[in-house]
Amino acid sequence: MDKDTILHMKIVIVGCGKVGLTLAEKLSEEGHDLVLVDSSLPRLQAIPDELDAIRLHGNGSSINTLMEADIEHTDILISVTSSDELNLLCCLIAKKASQCHTIARVRTPDYSGEANFIKEKLGISMIINPEYAAAMEIARLLSFPSAIKIDIFAKSRVERLKFRLSPELHLHDITVSQFAQRTHFDVLICGVERDGQVTIPSGDFVLKANDMLSIIASPPSATRFFLNIGMNTHPVRNALIVGGGKISYYLASRLLQSKIDVHIIEQNPDTCDKLCERLPNATILCGNGTDRQFLMEEGLANAEAFVTLTGLDEENILLSLFAKSHSNAKLVTKVNRIDFGDIIANLDIGSVVYPKNMAANHILQYVRAMYNSLGSNVETLYKILGNRAEALEFAIHEESAVTGTPLANLSLRDNLLIGCINRHGQIIIPRGQDSIQVGDTVIVVTTHKGLQDVRDILAKPKRKL
Amino acid sequence: MNNSIIFYIIGWILKLEAAFMLLPCATALIYRETAGISFLIPMALCLAIGIPLTIRKPENKIFYLREGYVSVSLSWIVLSIAGALPFVLSGVTPNPVDALFETVSGFTTTGASILMDVEAVPHCLLMWRSFTHWIGGMGVLVFLLILLPLTGGSRMNLMKAESPGPSVGRLVPKVKSSARILYSIYIVLTILEFVFLLLFRMPVFDAFTTAIGTAGTGGFGIRGDSIASYSTALQIIITIFMILFGINFNFYFLLLQKKWKQAFTNTEVLCYLGIIAVSIVVISANIRSLYGSTGESIKHAAFQVGSIITTTGFATTDFNLWPGLSCTILVLLMFVGACAGSTGGGIKISRFLILFKSIRKELMQYLHPRSVNKVTIDGKPVEHEVIRATNVFLIAYLMIFAGSILLISVDNCDLVTNFTAVAATLNNIGPGLSMVGPVENFAFFSNGAKLVLIFDMLAGRLEIFPVLLLFLRQTWKKF
Repeated sequence: MDKDTILHMKIVIVGCGKVGLTLAEKLSEEGHDLVLVDSSLPRLQAIPDELDAIRLHGNGSSINTLMEADIEHTDILISVTSSDELNLLCCLIAKKASQCHTIARVRTPDYSGEANFIKEKLGISMIINPEYAAAMEIARLLSFPSAIKIDIFAKSRVERLKFRLSPELHLHDITVSQFAQRTHFDVLICGVERDGQVTIPSGDFVLKANDMLSIIASPPSATRFFLNIGMNTHPVRNALIVGGGKISYYLASRLLQSKIDVHIIEQNPDTCDKLCERLPNATILCGNGTDRQFLMEEGLANAEAFVTLTGLDEENILLSLFAKSHSNAKLVTKVNRIDFGDIIANLDIGSVVYPKNMAANHILQYVRAMYNSLGSNVETLYKILGNRAEALEFAIHEESAVTGTPLANLSLRDNLLIGCINRHGQIIIPRGQDSIQVGDTVIVVTTHKGLQDVRDILAKPKRKL
Repeated sequence: MNNSIIFYIIGWILKLEAAFMLLPCATALIYRETAGISFLIPMALCLAIGIPLTIRKPENKIFYLREGYVSVSLSWIVLSIAGALPFVLSGVTPNPVDALFETVSGFTTTGASILMDVEAVPHCLLMWRSFTHWIGGMGVLVFLLILLPLTGGSRMNLMKAESPGPSVGRLVPKVKSSARILYSIYIVLTILEFVFLLLFRMPVFDAFTTAIGTAGTGGFGIRGDSIASYSTALQIIITIFMILFGINFNFYFLLLQKKWKQAFTNTEVLCYLGIIAVSIVVISANIRSLYGSTGESIKHAAFQVGSIITTTGFATTDFNLWPGLSCTILVLLMFVGACAGSTGGGIKISRFLILFKSIRKELMQYLHPRSVNKVTIDGKPVEHEVIRATNVFLIAYLMIFAGSILLISVDNCDLVTNFTAVAATLNNIGPGLSMVGPVENFAFFSNGAKLVLIFDMLAGRLEIFPVLLLFLRQTWKKF
């Protein structure tokens, strides 16, 4: 029998906004049974027909609705409505009605310091705060401005960093193996993006100027690598943030902790007042962030980081393009809509952050980890390189065809790469003679989707039972 | 902070100063004074620093309000230091702090002097002293606006920083033209006074220095007894011109445009003239017994009131000897000051108008807690920002005032001396009472106290905030 049919999970998603839908699409792709609950009929009707799930109209915090969604046999309830309190209530009631895991989105800053209390005392399995998560990702980018994107694996012992191979580095028109020889560092090129095409390169792949390289490395060797190839590795010392929403607040408080000078531009005077009370050390500027003169007056030209976090994607992108031409600042652009990701990726506006996507990814990771306990070995999964590839972290629990054999002798699938091996906390960037051992954690980068087990990396996978 | 443009402006200021020094040089030639040589070295120095700084126009044209404030404050400091050199080099005031005091007093149109015997000073230095009043009166950067090819925004930012008053407007759409009009009015009025003084037989040198001293509302006299030894007719002319220079220059512009009604219903000007009239009446009644005749007492009262309220600081009599009521009125007038947009100093009538109307507004709020009230001047509502800035200005002013009194009291002079010395410098007047009265001078203060008073003069002339901004760490940060 196919593993998928036994080990799928029943998942209820309350709230069908952007995050709910993204989540539903991904979970449905992975073969889980979904029930989507929303109190707005039009919103339910707007869900595309391709999505293979039950739509249920009703209040997610009402026990009747939950019973109708068959909560007693549900594995996970995910509540992502726009109201924090409703999400918490949903989870509480679901918890009382069944043994399911519960995930709630809670994003008001008032509750931000209380996530652990809520998790423990209310018995909620996971609290997801997309704005906070986005802010932390931006803070990470600002502490390493050369990278366009940073993902963390193996409990932050391994990073995947994406950067542009600019012509000034003089590292283009050489093959990947030559690149490795030139740089002498323990880093691995795990992906190359060129003209919207994603390649997982082999040793004879030729790099071109302005390719987007993704490398896998441990944080210290990443720093040394960037230093060696002549890219800036200093954390930024000041940041100009446009937009005073929740992400700005979280980001600013994080940056202020590291003594970074923060200036926030916000249009609404009331929001400015609130920010000013909550962030006494930040400079709060009340004005229109799209006012060119105003931005220049506030020292855009000398800013080391420029983060656009307004509610309008177009405005954010435009501002970043403007900043690109007027300063050398590290640019971070927030984009809510994911539909035009490919276009935006070609714009060269530095790092682009998709908070909705991130929230969905975080929840997805949790679901996968749970699923893992049911049979799969995927520890974490990242959609990388614009959703066209995945980076998966597998825990090796038992002997199999992949263990004990030098990697050079394994016949791996095309477009698949073993990014690194975490052996009891030691990070190995694997070469041909290395092999996978029981107890390792392995990070695999691939364009194939739906890998469930580490054995799936082989070109001719063992026939399933 | 765009340093390159600030250096560029300072370079121009130095070049201008070298040009200004041609006037005392010419005076030295006429009177065949060797002291004129002491101007040549500062001139050469100004040019040596100024020309390299201005040889290339800065590529970074960014010029915002902060650049405006900082370049104005720094320009005034540079201007004063360079201007003090002739005093030191000629040996008139060997102590550099004294020379700086005298020059700052000149540029800020204060008129407080540390010279013991004015009549022994060479003509060229007296000319320079009075000329600094004229330069500082309308503002040297406003003058620079006419010369420099700057953008509109940067001009406005310079103008805002240097012009006195709670809010700075423009007379005509172009700031450059506004500056040109202001200087034209200034020059015409100065020439007018010069001609009148000559007509009533004042010697040419005296007439010129007195005219430029009055124009800037400065107050450096070239005689030990200030204006007292000139004829009654001359004293009356000077009284009238002092009062004229204390009027908002917008008034003259309105007159030129023949907008009579608008000009003569200007609340600030009417208040200004009203305060002068009432003060003259009260004081002349009060001092009637000292001078015998009503005419004589009115003449002295008018001169002193005009001199103090416009913050000029000339004197025809030692008002230190006047009865308590008159002295009190004069001290209070020191704080009132002239109209905004004039060459005078002090807190300014328009600020008092705003403050009094705010009090009235507050009282209305007690009667009708939910009422909506606006402070209006000349029928136009005053923006909340202006009211707030006025309140903060007053607070900052009082704090600097109190702090300065405390600092100079280290010299152990009496309270009246300390109080009026700070009042006379912070308001850019010149003479105070007691030991700093009209026939006295500031020479006896210690160097430390003189530096405090120098700060007060600059803070008073530039209206506090540009000077305070120099002490803020964030001002100097790039981001």
